[in-house]
Amino acid sequence: MSTANTVAVTAGPRRGWKSASTWVGAVIVGIAVICAVAAPMLVPHDPFAQDLGKRLLVPFWMEGTDPAHILGTDQLGRDYLSRLIWGCRISIFIGVTVTIVSALIGITLGVLGGFMGGWVDDVVLFAVTTRLSIPVVLVALAVVGLLGSSLNLLVITLGLLLWDRFAVVARSTTMQVRNLDFVAAAWCAGCSRFHILAREVLPNIASHLVVVATLEVALAILLEAALSFLGLGVPPPLPSWGLMIAEAKDYMFFSPWVIVIPGVALFLLVLGINLLGDGLRDQFGASADR
Amino acid sequence: MLRFLIRRLIVAILVVATVLTLVFVLTRLSGDLAISIAGPGATQLDIDTVRKAYGLDRPVLTQFFDWVGRAATGDLGESFFFKARVSTLIAERMPVTLSLGFTGLVIALIVSLPLGILAAVRENTGFDRAVQVVALLGQAMPSFWLGLLLMIVLGLQLGWLPISGTGSWEYYVMPGIVLAFSAIPALTRLTRAGMIQAMSSDYIRTARAKGLSRASILLKHALRNAAIPVVAIAAVQLGFMLGGSIVIEQVFAMHGVGFLAWESISKNDFPVVQAVVLVLAVIYVVLTMLADLMNAVLDPRLRGA
Repeated sequence: MSTANTVAVTAGPRRGWKSASTWVGAVIVGIAVICAVAAPMLVPHDPFAQDLGKRLLVPFWMEGTDPAHILGTDQLGRDYLSRLIWGCRISIFIGVTVTIVSALIGITLGVLGGFMGGWVDDVVLFAVTTRLSIPVVLVALAVVGLLGSSLNLLVITLGLLLWDRFAVVARSTTMQVRNLDFVAAAWCAGCSRFHILAREVLPNIASHLVVVATLEVALAILLEAALSFLGLGVPPPLPSWGLMIAEAKDYMFFSPWVIVIPGVALFLLVLGINLLGDGLRDQFGASADR
Repeated sequence: MLRFLIRRLIVAILVVATVLTLVFVLTRLSGDLAISIAGPGATQLDIDTVRKAYGLDRPVLTQFFDWVGRAATGDLGESFFFKARVSTLIAERMPVTLSLGFTGLVIALIVSLPLGILAAVRENTGFDRAVQVVALLGQAMPSFWLGLLLMIVLGLQLGWLPISGTGSWEYYVMPGIVLAFSAIPALTRLTRAGMIQAMSSDYIRTARAKGLSRASILLKHALRNAAIPVVAIAAVQLGFMLGGSIVIEQVFAMHGVGFLAWESISKNDFPVVQAVVLVLAVIYVVLTMLADLMNAVLDPRLRGA
C-alpha cells in the first residue's frame, strides 16, 4: 500500500486500494460513520435547543462570528454544527437501513431468478421492468404524503422502491456462478437447493453485491434529502440535511452559507461513498482476474 | 422482427396494467379517503355525502374495475381540489414538463457526447481521468441543491437568468442544466466505453488501413456504433428526468406536471396523484420500448433477443 510500491507500476491508473481516491472515499465515509454513531457525544450544543436571541449567527470564516457556534446558527438560533452532525446520523441511518431492506428484496428476487431460470426468471425480470417504470420520487412523496411522514415509513417506502439494481446484479452474477464446477460438485454431494444457494452461490456473488450496496446507500441518502427538502421526508424538527436546506431556503439570497453548509456535507458524503464503491469494484474486479 | 415487436408490446401492456393496480392500492393505503377529502371540520353527514358523490361507498373491486376501465379509455377522473378533469389538468401542465425534460436531455447530450468521445480518444491520459472525475462529481451532486446554488450565482449575483417561474426560454435554462446533471455521468461513461470498444474493433482497423482520415474514422465509423447504447440510454434517461422533474419544478416554481403532483399530494387530491404516476409510468414504458426498437433497427444482432 506504500507509495514506493505504486511508483513501480504507474502504467495505467492505479486501482482499488492502491488508488488515492479510494482512500479519500474511505476517510470521508469513516468520518461520517463516526459522526453518526457518536453524534450524541460529539455535538457541542443540543441540536434541538432554540435561542431566538442568537438567530442566523454567521460561521467562523465571516465577520462577527460567535466562537461558541463555529458554523453559526439557523433561523431559530439552533447550533448549525450540532444539527449538521445530527443530520449525518440521520443520513447514514436512512442510507444503511434502506439498503438493508432493498438488498433483502432485490437479492432474494435476483438469486431466485438467476438460479431457477424458466418462468421464475421471467417473473423476476417482469418485476424489475415494472419497478423501473414507476417514478421513485413521485411515489415516495405520495406514500409519505398520504400516510404522514415518519422515519420508519420513509425507510420502508424507499426500501420497497430501490431494490432493482440488487436484483439485476444478483441475477446476472448468479447465472454465471450457477454453471461452475463447484456448484455441480455440491449437487453431486447431495446438498439441498437451499444449502447450495446460501453456502455456494451467495458467498461467490457477495463482492458484487457489496459494490451495489455502496451505490444504493448513496442513492438512498440523496433521495431522502430530496424528499425532506420537499417537506415529505424526515419530519421536523429532526435535522435532516435536506430539511436544513429547505428551512434555510428563505434566507439563502442574503446569507448563502445557510444552504452551502448542509449541501456541501451532503455532496461530500455521497461523493465519498461513490469513491469507496468504485474503489471496491476495482479491487474485487482485479482480484477476480488473478 | 415482428415477433420481437409483439413480445415487447405484450410486456409493455402487462407492465402498465401492474402499475395501474399498484397505483390503485397505493391511494387506498391512506385509509378512508372520504374523511380526508371532506376536511377536518366535517360532520358525519358531510363525509357520507362525499363518499356517495365520489362513489367511494361502492365495493373496492367495483371501484378498481371502474378506474381501470375509465383509465383505459383515457378518462382519468375528476380532481377533488381543482374541480376539473384530471386529463385536462395534466394536458395543461405537460408542455412545461416536456420542454424541461427535452432541454435537460439536449444539454446532457451536448456535454456528454464530446466529453465521452474525447475521453475515449485520449484513454488513460489526464484528460480522460478529469472527465471521469467530473462524472463522479456530477453523480454526487444533489439536484435540488445545485438548483439553489445556480439561482444564487446565475440568477442573483450575475443576473444572467430569471430566478424562478415559467415564461420565455430563459426560464428553462437553469432547471435544464440541473436536470442534465443527473444524466451526464451515465451518458458520458457510456459514450466513452462504447467508443473505446468500437475503436479497438476490426472494422476500425480496416478503415485505418484504407487510409481514411482520423475524423472520418471517429465520427463515421466508431461513433455510429458507439451511439447505439447511448441513444437507448438517452431515451431511458429522459423518462427518469420527467419523473425526477417533480423536485426541479418545485425548486424553480415551474407549474408543470411535477408541481401539479406535489400540490395534489399535499391536498390529498388522490385522483390527480394516481393519474400523474400512471401517465409518467406510461411515458417511461413507451420511451424504453422506443429505445429497444431503435436498438433493434440500428443493430440487427439484437433482434433475436
